[in-house]
Amino acid sequence: MSDELHSAAIPSSGGVARWLPWALLVALALLPVVGAQLGLDYYVGFVRRMLIVMIAATSLNFILGYGGMAALGHAGFIGVGAYTVVALVDAGVSSAWTAWGAAVLVSGAFAALIGAVSLRTRGVYFLMITLAFAQMLYYLAVSLSAYGGDDGYGLYSPLELGAGRTTGDAALFFWVVLAIAALVFSFASRAAVSRFGHALTGIRDNETRMEALGYPVYRLKLAAFTGAGALAGLAGALLASHNNFVSPSTMHWTESATLLVMVVLGGLGRRWGAVLGVAVWLVLSEVLKLYTEYWHWPLGLMLIAVVFAAPRGLAGLFDDRSSA
Amino acid sequence: MDPIFVFEQLLNGLGFGLMLFLLAAGLTLVFGIMDTMNLAHGSLYMAGAYVAARVHEASGSFVGAVLVAVAATVLVAFVLELLIVKRLYARDHLAQVIATFGVILIADDAVKAIWGPSPVMATTPAALAGPVQLLPELPYPAYRLVLLAVGLLVAVGLYVLVNHTRVGMLVRAGASNRKMAEFMGVRVGRVFSFVFALGAALAALAGALMGPISAVQIGMGEAILIPALVVIVIGGIGSVRGAFVAALLVGLVDTAGRAFLPPLLRSVLPPALAADLGPAFAGIAMYVLMAAVLILKPAGLFPARA
Amino acid sequence: MLKLKNVAVSLALCGAVAAHAEPVKVGVALDISGPFATIGAETRDGLNLAVERLGSKLGGQPAEFIQQDFAGNPEQANQLVNRFLQRDKIDFFTGPVASNSALAVGPALFAAKVPFLSSNPGPSLFAGKQCSPYFFGVSYQNDTYDEAAGKVANEKGFKNMVLIAPNYPAGKDHIGGFKRLYKGTVKDEIYTKVGQIDYAAEIAQIRAAKPDAVFAFLPAAMGINFIKQYVGGGLKDIPLIAPGFTADQDVIEAVGEPTLGMLNTAHWAHDLKVPANVEFVEAFRKKYNGRYPTVYAAQAYDVVMAMDAAVREVGGKVADREAVIAALKKANFKSVRGEFKYGANNFPVQNYYLRVVDKDASGKLTNKLVGTVMEKHQDAYVGDCKQ
Repeated sequence: MSDELHSAAIPSSGGVARWLPWALLVALALLPVVGAQLGLDYYVGFVRRMLIVMIAATSLNFILGYGGMAALGHAGFIGVGAYTVVALVDAGVSSAWTAWGAAVLVSGAFAALIGAVSLRTRGVYFLMITLAFAQMLYYLAVSLSAYGGDDGYGLYSPLELGAGRTTGDAALFFWVVLAIAALVFSFASRAAVSRFGHALTGIRDNETRMEALGYPVYRLKLAAFTGAGALAGLAGALLASHNNFVSPSTMHWTESATLLVMVVLGGLGRRWGAVLGVAVWLVLSEVLKLYTEYWHWPLGLMLIAVVFAAPRGLAGLFDDRSSA
Repeated sequence: MDPIFVFEQLLNGLGFGLMLFLLAAGLTLVFGIMDTMNLAHGSLYMAGAYVAARVHEASGSFVGAVLVAVAATVLVAFVLELLIVKRLYARDHLAQVIATFGVILIADDAVKAIWGPSPVMATTPAALAGPVQLLPELPYPAYRLVLLAVGLLVAVGLYVLVNHTRVGMLVRAGASNRKMAEFMGVRVGRVFSFVFALGAALAALAGALMGPISAVQIGMGEAILIPALVVIVIGGIGSVRGAFVAALLVGLVDTAGRAFLPPLLRSVLPPALAADLGPAFAGIAMYVLMAAVLILKPAGLFPARA
Repeated sequence: MLKLKNVAVSLALCGAVAAHAEPVKVGVALDISGPFATIGAETRDGLNLAVERLGSKLGGQPAEFIQQDFAGNPEQANQLVNRFLQRDKIDFFTGPVASNSALAVGPALFAAKVPFLSSNPGPSLFAGKQCSPYFFGVSYQNDTYDEAAGKVANEKGFKNMVLIAPNYPAGKDHIGGFKRLYKGTVKDEIYTKVGQIDYAAEIAQIRAAKPDAVFAFLPAAMGINFIKQYVGGGLKDIPLIAPGFTADQDVIEAVGEPTLGMLNTAHWAHDLKVPANVEFVEAFRKKYNGRYPTVYAAQAYDVVMAMDAAVREVGGKVADREAVIAALKKANFKSVRGEFKYGANNFPVQNYYLRVVDKDASGKLTNKLVGTVMEKHQDAYVGDCKQ
């Protein structure tokens, strides 16, 4: 795979880059309070969902953008996380932290197993083998009658967050999601510029060279893939609590494809790429659906436009502007 | 087990495999030669099916409908190549996936705008509508026999084209080493356009022929795209021979999984468990096959590139 | 990001402005794209016809029908319903085609005390264990179509049968429903992959089993694929019995001749001699180029008429939810299926009919009413409903 779409994030200059994330964080944290005042409850929920999808997209951006591993089965891990929550709730667990923690571990384990096999392949073969595993998980969930199969599984009582509060508390759950998303985001940003991240970028650009330099290429890639799978599982667990419902459609290959599209749209291997891609894609599809039943083609047109006009993604456009 | 039943299932497996091959052949050619992942191949398949169904209904001639469908789809593909795909040849796979995914979104809405959201009728030509008595105990759908024949003919035709013609030589040269071919003075752009049109024609043929035995509706392209991708990956991307072998393999494994696995499981497992697992295993059989092949041969059965 | 937020705020303001006019608000989640797009289009057409005939009013009050596509995806349905509830503050909900979407959106609607009038799915959970005073299965309960089919099989004297359905819970429910009343021998139960394209292997199994008849629950594209291949495979002489949706007008239009002679059961038929129905079918065919309505269009039409009657009964005070559900429960509207009553679980106690695919006077393929299979039939889950 050539790497015109990849390019390491250019360290942004100036103070804007330093205070903007914090300003954004504060603005988002105020949203539930302001939203409740203005009757914008729906948008609070919408942003909460956006934040959860951003966690999944950030994890994909990490392996795809920095690691060059084009996985088309990421929704499979989201599904594993969600179904871990379902399995635990079904077994009587009521603590959110236990359920979410377990989701991270289980999906991490799945990712380690799937990655161990899949990482023997490259490029399109890797794309397809990850898709194959996700499809297996999808069909497994469809025929799992204990958890509702294709009908899905409703989580009727919210999970406990401690101190008598639950995920049913919309504002509190929003803040929890925001905090987790911020942590994941800063963790991913740091990992990208750590020695691990640099090694990964090196592998992406020239695997043979890195191998010759003595890097444990396979193990590094597997570690990244496992971590990304675990984070996707976390997103799946949060999504389960957000929707109070889990169904196999979460794992359908089109969901994996959409996630991939959002990451590329935003800008591969860019710090803000995944976040930007998710925001633009979700807001656009939400708005377009309001106005027309033909809401797919403008999105399609946008994708083609981005591939040709902004090959480095939307985040790349910002770089051009600030450097110009 | 009844040998006639086994024979029939074998035939079914081959038939399904050959149908997948029609679609996969175009996909693998485009992929192998232009190094281009064209997800919109499924949309071309859909276009072929729709045009054939409508023309067949209006004119009453099935052969005419198939020809018109192929011609119309090649025309669409020509425009598609000129506007979009041509500019993607030099890009990486991810850019190709994203842009052609965009094409799928546009194509589905376009079909909805032209022919409406409901599936359209695609009838089997009257002469082929019934079964023929293949063996005294085995009636077999005449139409499926035609599909088998067409699939085999296309396979032979492609074999001859790729291995025994000048065009095929250029195609092979392009597939195995594009830079070298360019260096040797091959007008790669023309070869690419030809191959893309050929792939589109095969997709349209597959769509037109599949119409009478499947639902002609929006999304039909995506539903069959995944099995077709599985086929070309198992076969080794770019290898027509690989696609042929893999298509038959997938067809046989999928059919065997559905026909023989559930009864087998029922004989060894408790009924409730067997009822849950049997269809689930049958559903994922082709993915298991692909994973197994890639574990043993990470570049497919017949890797086209070194 | 700032720009995006502006969009969100301005959208919200639009919503707030609309709320001041205070029309009755109906949230309609439609399957315009996705796996049930055909049925979604029928639902929309039936609903729009009713809206047109009522002059966009419900019970004489101005009404707003907020229609939106959710692509047949339960998760998207869930988000859409959240928007309907939190932003649009809807008074009624209807629309989704499939049980999985209905199950996904039910809890949120019930918690918000918004009546959900189903224009199609009747999942067993909502009829039994998780029944709610806010859910009205205006259409039918999933299993009842199959129970009727089982009874038809008995009456036709089919001693042994093969049953086929997709491998998901609804498929198992439908087969369970059939077996509840069928007295013959089940030679084989075949569960197929969801979204399967090729059915040659299953058809060979059926031929080998040599049954008297076959029961098939295969909705949407799966049914179209199966019936085409079944007839092509030379099994035309083995009768097919199906719940109505495997042989409704949408499938007939897409498959053509091979559907001829298919037996199917439903709680409604377009040639059912009920004045409201005659009126509906005539209006529908006039509005939509002579097309025969499907059961989905009829149900969506009924749902709007049910809302209309309820709003009229409460004098437009839709905020009084208790009164609204009490009014809905009376089923005091001219249903196209004729008069019916709700059972304790808000699912209809109604007649089920046998239909057969035949040609009409102009040679067009369509369902013809054969006779009544079950009178005032109630679903099997009502006992599990504690309300």
